[in-house]
Amino acid sequence: MRNTLFSLTMISILIGMLIFSCQPNVSIETAQYAVNGQKLYVTHCQNCHGAKGEGLGMLYPPLTDTTYLQNNRSKLAHIVRNGMTGPVEINGKTYESEMPGNKELTDVDIAYILTYITTTFGNSTQTYTHEEVKKSLTDPKQ
Amino acid sequence: MALAAVVWGCSGTAEKKLPIIGERETTERMVDGQTIVDTIYHQIPAFAFINQDSVALTDKDFDGKVYVANFFFTHCPSICPTMQRNLLKVYEKYKGDERLAFLSHSIDFKYDKPSVLKSYAEKLGVTNDQWQFVTGDKKAVYGIADQYLVYTKEDENAPGGYDHQSYLVLIDQQKRIRGAYDGTNDEQVAQLFSDLEILLQEQ
Repeated sequence: MRNTLFSLTMISILIGMLIFSCQPNVSIETAQYAVNGQKLYVTHCQNCHGAKGEGLGMLYPPLTDTTYLQNNRSKLAHIVRNGMTGPVEINGKTYESEMPGNKELTDVDIAYILTYITTTFGNSTQTYTHEEVKKSLTDPKQ
Repeated sequence: MALAAVVWGCSGTAEKKLPIIGERETTERMVDGQTIVDTIYHQIPAFAFINQDSVALTDKDFDGKVYVANFFFTHCPSICPTMQRNLLKVYEKYKGDERLAFLSHSIDFKYDKPSVLKSYAEKLGVTNDQWQFVTGDKKAVYGIADQYLVYTKEDENAPGGYDHQSYLVLIDQQKRIRGAYDGTNDEQVAQLFSDLEILLQEQ
């Protein structure tokens, strides 16, 4: 039993290392944005969305739906700044709570946070740039 | 006999006990001509609130149970989600164990009506009546917070309009406070898990 447990642990560590080493390289800039973003995430987002972006029950949606992050990339900055109302479908479940906006965050803060979220919880390898934030915030369709 | 007493005294198997928190008084009484000193510990007094099903909930519902109490509000943008996420872990571990209950008081007496609390409880993932969510008038809720030694205040400068501490307060079968753990601190929440086991062993 102990041996089985031990080998299982070793196998999962090995798999973990493989996955980790296969992760596409992100640029130094992206990594820097993500590090800054993590600090801001802890302060502004983590209470509701959790340390691993897992959300909380049906109260707060997880941030781990990679398809949602990809399909709605241009809306993300707008959501962080202005909040969100109405139903949103994440991982096949519909969430209806209201998200408050974060007016105190600057454009570059939002770029940091979204780079952290999209590369850590999503599968993006790109920086969520300052320009993308500006575009999202000024898009008249939003 | 004396040897046995020494061995027993040194064996270190005496069960670990949690402290009893709060102010205490002593009273003296005479029994068979001898003075006996009794200690009276701080206890949570009688209370009556309305729960998520619009039903009255009183201290009687917690008689003989260990319970964890805290203070929150459904629109709290700061510490509450983390505190409730951690309390949910405790709830999930002890779900169905009738020795233990959970009691969350809303300090937003204006907005958190029973229907709001009901919806919140369901969305949080609470599926039985072991975890109760209650509301009451301002004086009753803020008054009981003092009894649990938790700071609560209506404050327009605080995020969401209310200021409060994130303690998970552990109450024993006799309504005495046996521990308080910061629900936003992982180490203290781990301590709550181990202290709960100690308290549940106590008779």
